[in-house]
Amino acid sequence: MRLTIRHTTRYRFESPVSYGLQQLRKVPKTGHQQQVIHWRTEIEGGRKELSYEDHHNNVVELISFERGTQDLAVMSEGEVEIRDTSGVLGPHSGPSPLWLYQRGTTLTKAGQGVRGLARSVEGETELDRLHSLMQVIHAAVAFEIGDPHAGWSAEDALAAGRGVCQDHTHVFLAAARDMGWPARYVSGYLMLDDRVEQEAMHAWAEAHVAGLGWVGFDVANAIAPDRRYVRVATGLDYSEAAPVTGMRIGGIGEVLTVQIGVAQQ
Amino acid sequence: MSNDTFFDEMWLEEGGVRDPYRRFATWFDDENPKDLRAKQREAEDLFRLAGITFNVYGRSAAEERLIPFDIIPRIISNAEWQRLSRGIEQRVRAINAFLYDIYHRQEIVKAGRIPEGMLARNDAFLPQMINVTPPGGIYTHIVGIDLVRTGPGQFYVLEDNARTPSGVSYMLENRETMLQMFPELFVRNRVQPVQNYPTDLRRSLAACAPAGASGRPTVAVLTPGIYNSAYYEHAFLADQMGVELVEGSDLRVVDGRVAMRTTRGYKPIDVLYRRVDDDFLDPLNFNPESQLGPPGIMDVYRAGGITIANAPGTGIADDKAIYSYMPEIVEFYTGERPLLENVPTWRCSDPDSLAYVLDNLSDLVVKEVHGSGGYGMLIGPTATKRDIAAFRRKLRARPGHYIAQPTLALSTVPIFSRAGLAPRHVDLRPFVLCCPEGIHITPGGLTRVALKKGSLVVNSSQGGGTKDTWVLED
Repeated sequence: MRLTIRHTTRYRFESPVSYGLQQLRKVPKTGHQQQVIHWRTEIEGGRKELSYEDHHNNVVELISFERGTQDLAVMSEGEVEIRDTSGVLGPHSGPSPLWLYQRGTTLTKAGQGVRGLARSVEGETELDRLHSLMQVIHAAVAFEIGDPHAGWSAEDALAAGRGVCQDHTHVFLAAARDMGWPARYVSGYLMLDDRVEQEAMHAWAEAHVAGLGWVGFDVANAIAPDRRYVRVATGLDYSEAAPVTGMRIGGIGEVLTVQIGVAQQ
Repeated sequence: MSNDTFFDEMWLEEGGVRDPYRRFATWFDDENPKDLRAKQREAEDLFRLAGITFNVYGRSAAEERLIPFDIIPRIISNAEWQRLSRGIEQRVRAINAFLYDIYHRQEIVKAGRIPEGMLARNDAFLPQMINVTPPGGIYTHIVGIDLVRTGPGQFYVLEDNARTPSGVSYMLENRETMLQMFPELFVRNRVQPVQNYPTDLRRSLAACAPAGASGRPTVAVLTPGIYNSAYYEHAFLADQMGVELVEGSDLRVVDGRVAMRTTRGYKPIDVLYRRVDDDFLDPLNFNPESQLGPPGIMDVYRAGGITIANAPGTGIADDKAIYSYMPEIVEFYTGERPLLENVPTWRCSDPDSLAYVLDNLSDLVVKEVHGSGGYGMLIGPTATKRDIAAFRRKLRARPGHYIAQPTLALSTVPIFSRAGLAPRHVDLRPFVLCCPEGIHITPGGLTRVALKKGSLVVNSSQGGGTKDTWVLED
């Protein structure tokens, strides 16, 4: 399946930005189940400083604000061809050793809540148990529409009993790692069957299963990623795969609008 | 341990003077102790004038203190130094090869020479350095290896300071002071110079500039600012090298490079000698609360636009748990037997070692794996029962945070005390510069001396002083 994606992020500031940087992780990865046909990023009110691939093979672009700007727009668009592999991505490759994905992070630290959840996981095979974990989390954390709660950890979301896709993913990562699986966060696009326009990117998890390799789990929807899923950036948690990490001096009163369109070609 | 089991570097046990000190001893015998005492005071005034002070953490009453200087030099023969420097060079080569390997293919783990957990569960391993090759392949541009001596030919490495070793300004000022006060001593003794260090440092850093830098690369020193305990040294080195001293707020990303503010606009930096720890280096990539480093420098670094000296992530090489594997590390990467000895080390994460350590606390030195500066350590033989009991609890609670070593019989060198020459324990920190053209070791280094009789702690924060260190030409 071939998907066309448009993603525009506009910032408006009440006061001018005197200096600022944004680290973007917005370019889809090329891997064996997806191929980027073409992709480009355009910037208004800022400029591209550099780009490189990080230790999760994410394409990182560093952009700077134009001095004194009150507007910044980042527009990316392109086409991606996707194969359905039922969520299976295959053996680990890439620069980081597999053990790195067993490291806990502040957002994915397993505490009492996560461990309690993990105890109710059932299943014969590793794959069964991971699917069971996904179902258990799906039932325990109600899916919320709206903006993520900034800085919520896996335990925070579990305690609240609700969250956005980011929270479901963090709970899964915390539990999976605690149970011994290497696991990682995926930020990406999901084509919706009923509409093209969307407000946010999606997030899901991948766990590494001996013999199979990396396998995807969309915990928020309790399904395996298929041809509608476009992998963009991966990391140990949201902070390493976030589409935008930024800093700025000046530029108070930020108003952010995001427009995303994902459509089958 | 009785005092006569310690090796003294000046006096022979059977009486008489060891060779390297012969000419010095003759001179000393002819001097009037009263004049020397006056000189000792004069030396202290010189230091005060030069403004060399340091801050002691957690002591607000005496925020800035002078590190005591002792006028009796520590003297090393050329033959001794040759042997020592071969060992240091071997060790530094191994450390650089180790760092390259663990941030790339990790052959040493695959070969089973160090356990995966040593890296996987080590906070000093910096994932952001995975697959990054620093310009020129150099990780540790400046290393300060702490050595102690226990016998005529017996040197041990105590610590490999591979992050941002400090103290080189004392090495330079100590020599400067001695030259001013005792010029005649340098006529009688041919002492290898150390004063080229700033020039050598600048040249060595420039040789590590990223590909595409101009013929005369722009070097700058990044300091956390005037409240840092080593600020004096940062300013001193920048001044001596003739390069800019900058703070994080002076730097911006401009045209894909890290550039510093000058009177004529922003100027790109090729090599940044940073004296800011990894965690505070870049708020965009590490600790977001930090204001000490420029945001985005890691992005520029990863895109190949700047050299950071020392490279981020080198801390894993001087981690105390990794230290215990240094003999394996040296052999693995150089194919040679280590020329310098490692202090035997018990890793308390290992249950058998922990049991031994708990049984022998009063004979051992226990250190925090990630600690530095002589803080948070237990020196068994001089510790009180209460200290030992407190450490026993700490060890049981978090064994993986500690290593233990035997108390070494550190050599002594005389200091000039009220009663004349009196032996005190010393260590030695030679300064090593690495660049693609090779490794350069300044002859000598910083000798730290425990001024308190019988004390084995030489750290300046714990009442240590310094001495000029001579390596003789012949």
